[in-house]
This record gives sequence, C-alpha cells and structure tokens, in this order.
Amino acid sequence: MTKEEVEAIAHLARLHLEPDELERMAGELGTILEHFGALAAADTEGVAPMTHAVPMDLRLRPDVVQPSLPADEATRAAPAKDGELFVVPAVIS
Amino acid sequence: MIWEGAAEIARRIAAGEARAIEVTEAFLGRIAELDGKLGAYLAVAGDAARAQAEAIDRMRAADAPLPPLAGVPIALKDVLVTRGLATTAASKILAGWIPPYDATVVEKLRAAGAIVLGKVNCDEFAMGSSTENSAYKQTRNPWDLARVPGGSSGGSSAAVAAGLCAASLGTDTGGSIRQPAALCGVVGVKPTYGRVSRYGVVAFASSLDQVGPLARNVRDAALVLEAIAGLDPRDATSLDAPVPRYVDALAGEVAGLRVGLPGEYYDRESLDPDVRAALERTQAALRERGAELIDIALPHTHLALPAYYLVAPAEASSNLARYDGVRYGARADAGSLIEMYERSRGAGFGPEVKRRIMLGTYALRSGYYDQYYKKAQQVRALIKRDFDKAFHHVDVILTPTTPTAAFPFGAKSSPIDMYLADIFTLSCNLAGLPGASVPCGLTRDGLPIGAQLIGKPLDEPVLLRAAAAIEAAVGLGDQRPRGLAS
Repeated sequence: MTKEEVEAIAHLARLHLEPDELERMAGELGTILEHFGALAAADTEGVAPMTHAVPMDLRLRPDVVQPSLPADEATRAAPAKDGELFVVPAVIS
Repeated sequence: MIWEGAAEIARRIAAGEARAIEVTEAFLGRIAELDGKLGAYLAVAGDAARAQAEAIDRMRAADAPLPPLAGVPIALKDVLVTRGLATTAASKILAGWIPPYDATVVEKLRAAGAIVLGKVNCDEFAMGSSTENSAYKQTRNPWDLARVPGGSSGGSSAAVAAGLCAASLGTDTGGSIRQPAALCGVVGVKPTYGRVSRYGVVAFASSLDQVGPLARNVRDAALVLEAIAGLDPRDATSLDAPVPRYVDALAGEVAGLRVGLPGEYYDRESLDPDVRAALERTQAALRERGAELIDIALPHTHLALPAYYLVAPAEASSNLARYDGVRYGARADAGSLIEMYERSRGAGFGPEVKRRIMLGTYALRSGYYDQYYKKAQQVRALIKRDFDKAFHHVDVILTPTTPTAAFPFGAKSSPIDMYLADIFTLSCNLAGLPGASVPCGLTRDGLPIGAQLIGKPLDEPVLLRAAAAIEAAVGLGDQRPRGLAS
C-alpha cells in the first residue's frame, strides 16, 4: 500500500496521522492484507452474505415517548457547550 | 472467604455467617495492598461499594429477601458504562468521562445485589489479546508477573485470578473473555450472540460483541450469567428467549454427551505440546465419565482469521466514528470542523485502534465492498454452516482455548503475531455461538491452560454442564497463582 493511499484512507476515516505513522501504517496494512489473500481464494459462489449471527425478527415498539436523559445531563461531558447546545468550530464561514 | 467465589460468598451473607461490608472491605483491602503490583484496576469505587454493601446488610437485618448475588464484590471491564463512575475503554479519547447512565448488565448486577468494586483494565476499545494496548497501564498475569494476562479482558481475568474481586464481567468480540480466562486460570463464558444486552457497552464490532462472566469456578459463572442474561428492549439484537436456571444445569451428567473434536484445531504445529497434553487428559476424563468423543471437521476454520479481521475492523471503523470531539471525550484545537475531528481522533486513539479503523475504512470504501466486506460475510456464512453440520452429530465441541499459555510482555511484536493468539476463539463469534473456557491443568512451567467448549445457539446449559465436568476432573482445584506473595 502506498503512502498516498494510506493518506487518502486516513482522511476518509477523519484520522490525523503523523508522517512516521503514515510510513508504518503503509507497511503494516500491506502485510495484513497479504495475509487475507486466502479469503479471495475461497469459493463463495451463491453463498448469501451473513448479516446476522442469529436469525431474528426485528421488534417494533409502540411509538410512545419514553423517559430519557435530561438535556443538561446528556450534554454535561461535552468539551465545549453553550447552555444545552454543543459548540463546534465554524462549519460555514 | 476471598478464594471461595461468588456463590459461596452469597450463601454466607444470606445465612448471616458474614456481613457484606466485611466481605467488601476484605476485597478493597487486597486491592489497596496488591493492585500496585498487578495493575488490574483503572478505577476503584470504594465509597460506593461500601454504601452498597451496607444497604445489603440492612436488608439482611430487616429479614428482607436477598437477591441472588447479594454482597458479592465484582469488577467491571472498563468498556461497560457506569453511571457516575469514570469509563474510559482504556482509551485516552475517553479520559475522565463520567457516564450519565448504567449499562443494562450493570443495572442487572446491581439489582441482583452485586457490589461494584470498580473498573478494570483492558486493551483500548477491547482491541487486543494481551491488554498491552491499554492507554493507561500494564496489567500483569498473577501466575507470572512477567507475562500478560491475555486480552482484551485482561484486567477482568487478572483480578479474578488474584482474588481482587469475586467475579467480573468482560466482553468478547473474538475471544476477549475466553482467551484471558485461559491465560489466568479462570472460567470465562461468551454467551450466544443476543443472550445478553449490549446496551451501554462501548461498541467495538456490533455483530460480534457479547458481555459475559469471568469467575473462579463454573458455578459462579453460571450464577452471574443468569443475572445478566435476558431480553432488553433497549438492545434490538437481544433475544426474546427465557433465561434458564443455569446453576441447575451443572448437576447433570456428561454420560452420553457427544463431544466433537475438530481436527483443524488439533492438527497444528503451533499448538504447544503442554496444551496438547492437557487437552488429551481432558478428553480422556470426559470419556471416562461416559461422554462420546467424535472426530469432526470444520473445514473453513483457516478462513476465520481473515474474515474476522475484515468484519471486526469494518464495524469498528463505523462504531468509532462517534468519537469526534463533539459530545464527549477529548477535543483537539483546530480551525475547522473536519480538522478538529482529525486532530482529536489522531491524538486520542492508540496505534492498534488506528490500525483497525484504517483497515475497516479501507475495506468499506466505495468500490471495495464486494471484494472485502461482502466476501468476509460470505465466508462467515460458510463457517456457520460448518458448525451447523457438526452439531447434527455432536452436542458440544471441545478445543484448546489458545495455542499456548500466557506469553511474556512484548513477545508478539507484529500485529499478525498478536492476531494469531486468538486463532481458536474467533469462529465462535463469527457464528454467534456460545463458548466457554475452563481451566484444564498447568504447563510444566506452572502456567494455566484453558479448554474451550463451543455449543449450539442458546445451549449454555449443556456448555456449562460439560465445563463443570472438566473442572471437576482436571481443573486447578486449590492451586492458586503464586505471582503475588499473599
């Protein structure tokens, strides 16, 4: 895997990597993906992908408001807030 | 009292032979004395534990009926969210986070009368097999302090083995309860996917994660499992199936039980000779008790590792998107929103977490889905099919839990070497089946060895019955870790 490829993926993952991390990651991910070669060779013709470990029907609940955390408790751990609102850097300048 | 386990502690408190506060103080005293050496706890909730214990003693004094785990001191893996008690997932990105609610399993344990001693260490976001990936501290194996306790639930296994709690909860995504249980000589159970609620569990790979007990013996594990299992409306994947009395299952015989031995797990050069010998003794003991040993094939076993390391990182890369420096957790200063995300995550996550986020993002990116994620999910179906076929002929499958006993710190220097430590435990999660590890002897160097049992969906009673038979025949008995002097 090239450094440029790693950089592009890091951006997709919204993950800042230092130059030495980029370098290391390129090598490590390459090695890991090589080990996964066996997967490509597996015959999966006509096999439905398993989306759930145990067959189950999703349940519906009545559409009724349930008690929930008060807003001040839910926002207490925010790194930056204004009253009951989360504060983030400007999205549109 | 310390070494007698959860069931016996609960019995003594209910019988008035001991007070809950004495038991809690005894464990808190050991933590204060020994955890500096062991490194299991990330947070000790001494005052809250004492208050809970005193409430149990008041119930007893008032002759109120006591719940099943009344006064039993337990430790919680730090990926389980606890109201008012710091929860970090052993990551810097959650440093200092005080959750505003309890996970369902924590709520259930409190309702069952258990005393929460504190939060224990693990690999960051439960990603690892040695607890070396914790951002906070090293946890040592009480059998040999120079060795790892396993992972990711290494704090949970070390604390139980060293007598720093009566039992604990861990989580298991690819072996993270069973592998550390094996390496520390305790019992660990990964329930059927959906048996236990995941509400309030810091998510790693949502289609694989399960919460389960680590305990001194099979009876204790059954008791704790019974307390935490069951339908939870807050987890859409929790199963609507009645919770049996798991403790009752232990009384049964193993005579006539059909035990499957998959060649793919035994015919491996990497299997340590001492581990192989211990498993052979385990098989012989089961045969003597009337179990029928049957050779079976699980031909897609070799694909479990690549399938797991695509499915789990893919789901992790999605789950961990929530750590963005906005609602909780660490935030880095930056001029724009995107840069704030990138810097916060770059500074907050450790190397293994970054590696898995990258791997998952790579596998899920546009145009590559069919080649990686879809392929892995198809292979997962093949692995499940292997088990379905095998369970036509056998009731339970017996394998080693790990290829070797506990390894020294730093021994697994590359990511792939570390991933191979979980080679025997991954399939169980991919197929959603219940699994357990039970001690079955020591190596010549005196390190514990674990036998793994894999069962049919929701067949935990049979799993526990077989585990109890192994424990009685080849378990560790009164042998205890000698790494900590007292």
